Amino acid sequence: MFQVRIHGRGGQGVVTAAEFLAVAAYLEHRHAQAFPSFGSERMGAPVVAYCRIDDKEIRLREPILEPDAVIVQDPTLFKVVDVFQGLKPDGYLLINSARGLDELHLPAIAKQLPPGHALTVPASELALKHIGRPLPNAVLLGAFARFTGLIHIDSVADAIREGLPEKIANANITAARAAYDAVPAAGAIAA
Amino acid sequence: MLKQIEGSRAMAEAIGRCRPEVICAYPITPQTHIVEGLGEMVRTGEIENCEFINVESEFAALSVAIGASAAGARAYTATASQGLLYMAEAVYNASGLGLPIVMTLGNRAIGAPINIWNDHSDAMAVCDSGWMQLFAETNQEAADLHIQAFRLAEELSMPVMVCVDGFILTHAVERVDIPEQADVDAYLPPYEPVQVLDPKAPISIGAMVGPDAFTEVRYLQHYKQTLALRLIPEFAAEFKARFGRDSGGLLRTYRTEDAKMIVVAMGSVNGTIKDTIDEMRAEGLPIGLVTLVAFRPFPVTALREALVRARDVVVIEKSLAVGMGGPLANNVDLALRNVAGAPQVHSVIAGLGGRPITRASLHRVLRRALVQPWEGSHFLDLNEEIVAKELHYVRKVRRSGPTAENLLRRLGHVGAAE
Repeated sequence: MFQVRIHGRGGQGVVTAAEFLAVAAYLEHRHAQAFPSFGSERMGAPVVAYCRIDDKEIRLREPILEPDAVIVQDPTLFKVVDVFQGLKPDGYLLINSARGLDELHLPAIAKQLPPGHALTVPASELALKHIGRPLPNAVLLGAFARFTGLIHIDSVADAIREGLPEKIANANITAARAAYDAVPAAGAIAA
Repeated sequence: MLKQIEGSRAMAEAIGRCRPEVICAYPITPQTHIVEGLGEMVRTGEIENCEFINVESEFAALSVAIGASAAGARAYTATASQGLLYMAEAVYNASGLGLPIVMTLGNRAIGAPINIWNDHSDAMAVCDSGWMQLFAETNQEAADLHIQAFRLAEELSMPVMVCVDGFILTHAVERVDIPEQADVDAYLPPYEPVQVLDPKAPISIGAMVGPDAFTEVRYLQHYKQTLALRLIPEFAAEFKARFGRDSGGLLRTYRTEDAKMIVVAMGSVNGTIKDTIDEMRAEGLPIGLVTLVAFRPFPVTALREALVRARDVVVIEKSLAVGMGGPLANNVDLALRNVAGAPQVHSVIAGLGGRPITRASLHRVLRRALVQPWEGSHFLDLNEEIVAKELHYVRKVRRSGPTAENLLRRLGHVGAAE
């Protein structure tokens, strides 16, 4: 089982990102379970959503306590939430930022992970360019697909197409593909 | 048709295929997405010959369903938590009048303190109201149970509540096989009421009944639920024959054949318990699980047969009868009443107000039941430190203030406004 935890703020499409990831895995004939953190969500408040992916039926209903990957949609959360909590020693860390890990004061965290397992991607900037709004969620999934090799970028695109009106979907897919092309692959991993 | 879909939407699509004729509901978290989905399907015509009635309260929602059902329509509503309490008087009327309404309950805690998260307090508050109550383990089962619920309700002319864990199921996006319309039509015949308000053949429904017949009316209500003990497995078997899935029934067993310890639980926590049991089995501990689907009618005989050979039974439930303990544990005791050499029953209260039930905590409590059994109820993951501090404080200070705010302050929620 591969478990992903997504951190962001209300309005950034955190819950939607987890759903897109689950649909993408489903389209690859895998089992997936996406669920939100069940708070009283408000615009701007910290939000968490989860996604589990496995090759067999997923029965587990506890929150994801030890994620294989953490996606951070908003780097201002570092001061508010322990976004790294429980991240596995061989896990993946993907952060939405135009700045590098050093500038974000994260080299210590990155060093605890295998080389190449921590990455920043300018998702908000890519979203602004291709979607016209700084919505980083779909963009980050494009980077995630390349970075982890967990899902195919075409599955991410199909999931976005299923979940959004055509015009908005196309813009998000373009942005996601741009992010996919902008990041290095960390090597294939098994779910 | 297989879909990766939110639980609430999957339920809405399954309910839509049951061809309801009147849907009325008042939105309340975490039930809202179900009725939003249904409202949309009525508007677009995906559900034909159906009226979606907006009402001003939960009391009105169920009252409209009662009127619609009495007029011969297949009626549906949904609610949760305080909404269920607000319709409580109508809940008893629907069952007392014998009207086959189906209601989804998106299980949620009851305030005060106000809490929007999942537990089974709402279902327990009305478990003796005469409604049948079926608990879903997964979103697949949640969708399937609605189809079986209409069949069961209309066969007996008694209302059925489908209990679905709020958020954990209602808001989870996962794989659900949405039943095909033709299959649902073949499984669920058109509603043929046993009593109907018809101007062409006027009758009255809802007479005042005095001491001379009230007991008999109640007895017949109870008798119908005993008939359901036979019908529920029959309808589940027929469902499996048509849809190819094990959904519903009175209860399901998991790895109980040689189990010395058997866990009993209802709802979505069964998945986490199964994973825990697999891990404990791998360590050589002979442990199994009974997933209870039907809480009303309570399957005394089936449960006794499933449990009687175990040495220990651990009941894990998301509800607390304050001043008594676990209502499910109490009911399980009933199944083992007067049984010679009956297993020891251990009661665990867990997951209140949405507290996660983790494998780690389950491992701890199940092992403890083996080596250090307790009397009364064990509260899983109780924060004993803040409880002890609060108890100490209220002993010392007369005007100690509101409990909830005191505890939130001890947890560091300054101002305790959230």
